[in-house]
Amino acid sequence: MTRQAYEAVVLGASAGGVEALLYLFGALDSGGCRLPLIAVQHLPEKAQSQLAEILAARLKRPVREAEDKAPVQPGVLYVAAPGYHLSIENDRSFSLSSEAPVNFSRPSIDLLFESAAHAYGPKLIGVLLTGANEDGSAGLEQIAQYGGLTLVQEPAEAAVACMPLAALQRFSPDHVLRLRDMAELILRLEEVHAE
Amino acid sequence: MPERTAEIELRLLLEAIFLKYDYDFREYSLASLRRRVQQALRQLECASISELQARVLHDPAGFMQLLQYLTIPVSEMFRDPEYFRGLRQHVIPLLRTYPSLKIWVAGCSTGEEAYSMAILLREEGLLERSMIYATDINPLSLERARKGIYPLTQISGFTRSYQAAGGASTFSDYYTAAYDGALFDKSLRDHLTFADHSLATDSVFAETQLISCRNVLIYFNKQLQNRALGLFHESLCHRGFLGLGSKESLNFSSYGKQFETLLRDEKVFRKL
Repeated sequence: MTRQAYEAVVLGASAGGVEALLYLFGALDSGGCRLPLIAVQHLPEKAQSQLAEILAARLKRPVREAEDKAPVQPGVLYVAAPGYHLSIENDRSFSLSSEAPVNFSRPSIDLLFESAAHAYGPKLIGVLLTGANEDGSAGLEQIAQYGGLTLVQEPAEAAVACMPLAALQRFSPDHVLRLRDMAELILRLEEVHAE
Repeated sequence: MPERTAEIELRLLLEAIFLKYDYDFREYSLASLRRRVQQALRQLECASISELQARVLHDPAGFMQLLQYLTIPVSEMFRDPEYFRGLRQHVIPLLRTYPSLKIWVAGCSTGEEAYSMAILLREEGLLERSMIYATDINPLSLERARKGIYPLTQISGFTRSYQAAGGASTFSDYYTAAYDGALFDKSLRDHLTFADHSLATDSVFAETQLISCRNVLIYFNKQLQNRALGLFHESLCHRGFLGLGSKESLNFSSYGKQFETLLRDEKVFRKL
């Protein structure tokens, strides 16, 4: 196994995702994870605007709504703003877009993943969790094509298995894991490089 | 590395467009542009960006088709009603003090925001002494804006936003429904000038009191965003107003210290 210094984790989740994200982020926080975490969680627009607050109340790390042109910083959890697509530019800053919804979603997980694959190449970890639609599978495949590490939540554990299954039908991700093992793997990979 | 090749092709395409047609997309945010070019490839049935480049270089009509993908023709009336409510409550009272008003809607796309502004000014009794300059780089969008006809299917959404924005009248007073379109009042149109202007290559054309440029700067990289803000700063009169999109800010630009925040949530700024 090559020693790959990962620089960011992008995550996508839909139905059942808030609980899954809280569990995963909690475990990553306890393990002292310093990687920037960048998440798209599908929600109705009104709930979306409260997501950062909900997560911040339960987590140690700083949580921010990703702002247009803001640089990605280590140790921070970023969530996408409601009503806008979130992308990452090659200089590792965020950009927003008000283009039409993709996969009926704005923000769309595919758009975040595809742009992050370009920006980070093999230094990226992509995580696709529970959800009732197929957003994210194309983006996750692109992360794999660009050499990044792809993790999919074990469908049996997911509150809604559609999204993980859509990814598994599309390609073979590196790992299909329960959330607990996923957190462990990310922490271990980070530790390997901190040495 | 196929992705590396595609990035080179994309840069070459933007350079070719600039050299041939003077449209400058070279400093647009790449993530979104890359995606829109991929959409264009599918729709225009080109196998690669290089093939698309050859097509647009030799065929101006093909370029006009591509331009529809490179620009983002997404707009609606009274979008983010709280923005217009903020203007009505906090900016209009100050605009009243000017004998005549020039307002710039930059990146107006198909004109919905410019008509919204005209309606707001009409209701506040300011339209008669106002001229609204609404600019864009896409000639097809400008043509639609000049017509002032919008699909009837959109009108119920526009009406809701108009009411939420604090509309003082009945929205249907402003248009005539015919077939499947709503034609907006000619007397609004008399105070609107739709013109071709590029924030990337053109300069300031008038002194203005208010500039509204919403969800345009998000498609630019930092350098181009700074260029556009420079134009706005130069165009605005002393203590003039600048309105941005609901998730836009001056925080990551070089103009953060040259404007003060008037309305934080509604994203209205004032020149210092």
